[in-house]
Amino acid sequence: MTTHYSIYGGQYVAETLMGPLAELAAAYAEAKRDDAFKTELDAILRDYVGRETPITFASRLTAHLGGAKILLKREDLNHTGAHKVNNTIGQALLARRMGKKRLIAETGAGMHGVATATVAALFGMPCDVYMGAIDVERQAPNVERMKMLGATIHAVSEGSATLKDAMNEALRDWVANCDDTFYVIGTVAGPAPYPEIVRDFQSVIGKEARRQCLEKFGRLPDQAIACVGGGSNAMGLFAGFMDDPAVKLVGVEAGGKGLATGQHAASINGGRVGVLHGAKTMLLQTDDGNILDTYSVSAGLDYPGVGPEHCYLHDIGRAEYPVVTDDEAIAAFDALCRFEGIIPALESSHALAEAIKRAPALPKDAILLVNLSGRGDKDMENVRRYKDAKNN
Amino acid sequence: MQRITEAFARAKEQNRGAFVAYWTVGYPSLRESEEAIERIIAKGADIIELGVPFSDPFADGGVIREAAYKALAQGTTLDSVLELASRVRERHPQTGLVLFSYYNPIFSKGVEAFANAAAAAGIDAVLAVDLPLEERDELVVPLRKRGVSFIPLIAPNTPLERVKASEQGLENSFLYIITVKGTTGARDSLPPDLAERLDAIRAVASLPVAAGFGISSPEQAAEVSRHADGYIIGTALMKS
Repeated sequence: MTTHYSIYGGQYVAETLMGPLAELAAAYAEAKRDDAFKTELDAILRDYVGRETPITFASRLTAHLGGAKILLKREDLNHTGAHKVNNTIGQALLARRMGKKRLIAETGAGMHGVATATVAALFGMPCDVYMGAIDVERQAPNVERMKMLGATIHAVSEGSATLKDAMNEALRDWVANCDDTFYVIGTVAGPAPYPEIVRDFQSVIGKEARRQCLEKFGRLPDQAIACVGGGSNAMGLFAGFMDDPAVKLVGVEAGGKGLATGQHAASINGGRVGVLHGAKTMLLQTDDGNILDTYSVSAGLDYPGVGPEHCYLHDIGRAEYPVVTDDEAIAAFDALCRFEGIIPALESSHALAEAIKRAPALPKDAILLVNLSGRGDKDMENVRRYKDAKNN
Repeated sequence: MQRITEAFARAKEQNRGAFVAYWTVGYPSLRESEEAIERIIAKGADIIELGVPFSDPFADGGVIREAAYKALAQGTTLDSVLELASRVRERHPQTGLVLFSYYNPIFSKGVEAFANAAAAAGIDAVLAVDLPLEERDELVVPLRKRGVSFIPLIAPNTPLERVKASEQGLENSFLYIITVKGTTGARDSLPPDLAERLDAIRAVASLPVAAGFGISSPEQAAEVSRHADGYIIGTALMKS
């Protein structure tokens, strides 16, 4: 098991959780050796989620930009509408294997909550989802979906009432109920072994995309681009190209209203090393070590930390982490709608915006592979409000 | 100075459990928290845990969380806790002082700078909620160089071999036994197997053993003291 990524990662948790984490690490190590586990996971991903997802050549957008080819890895076509389900199915299988009776999860935009509620229904397990009260408000359609699926939603109104506070509350639940409860963490953050487990379950994205790119274009992409909040879809994409040094890995952080305004969620670009939610990682924090409120138009990127492995990849220069603002993400959102007939999630729109910036300067035979991590149905109201506010 | 060791020894001589009291510094205000700590020492507390408020108190129940948010809103920082500690130390040369914090405020200050400041303030030991055995050396080693100790947490699911490992290399300390799986906060009753568990831990431990989380009444404190060297009260004090 990997517990640390250079100085990052680790298991900075209350003593009560050390036993459950050890139990999880052992169960995961055993599952990895068990062919039946992989067979069952693959079958569910194929027959239930609808994998594999295609890669789509964004031909009109590419022609419009006049440079590198833009390819989209279509995680938006997964059941539940995002990449999150790749991981929740894996973790729910682990939970069942470990004899756990109940699933809990934190969620920001609600996509991980929906994906957890979905597998809970599929496996017949009760499910409690913690969500910041502000996110409950701005992601109402996903709250309804979770309820339809039978999950109990707990709106967390203390602190900044967003994802970090939801995670605090989920941790409190887990500490009290760890004997029978499995905590389904939605991103490559949290204490070891979660960052490794989530990356492994999401690595299907990068592995498929690598093979598909070779099949379709006879070569690897020049750059693999994904958005980074906690960083699970990016780590899943990167995992497929880690051993291809010629492929640039690009993780796009949420620049909100701009780094200079302080209203953003770019932990690597604007943060300092710290310890939160079980891991040492780059954090947006005050001089006194208290965690700052973050801001992004995209609720799914609105988190003050980032997966520890991303910090490591940044330090060693294997991946780069540019910033995209709200305005740029919204422009990319519009472009994909109009040029390709695809409504992307606001999170994924950040990755797309970075590709749109880069493509014109690159030769026409270059390939930019963008992880379209989710679909944008949940964001209709947010985009409308954002545009109304801009126009007033 | 071995104030923590001495506090437990003194209580034992008097045939009672050592009284360890927690208070979140800065709640309801910095001045009032200092007064509250004075009152608690006057009531006979042997060791004071000075709580450092943190923005994300994921191990705490409602009362201590609200106290932390209130303290932060008034600008309480790790540095203000350390300053308060040195004033308490000046007035009370014998009282054990434990700084009780989440790890990030300490890490953010820098462990070396923190260790210097803690020693200068007369802190006897540090308890970091989210710094288990596997991660603690990065703080314990700098503290030890300045003669400041560390308090390990022992959970209901901590195996006895791990209890032994947790007290390795520590003196002037105690084992903080968490009575229940869950967050801090008063509870009507303590778990039925607590006495048995405390006896088992005491049988293998060299450090004194004190139990906390959920202890709210004198009866519970007395019951715990039959099986432990001390008891910790936090939420119940802050609510009263």
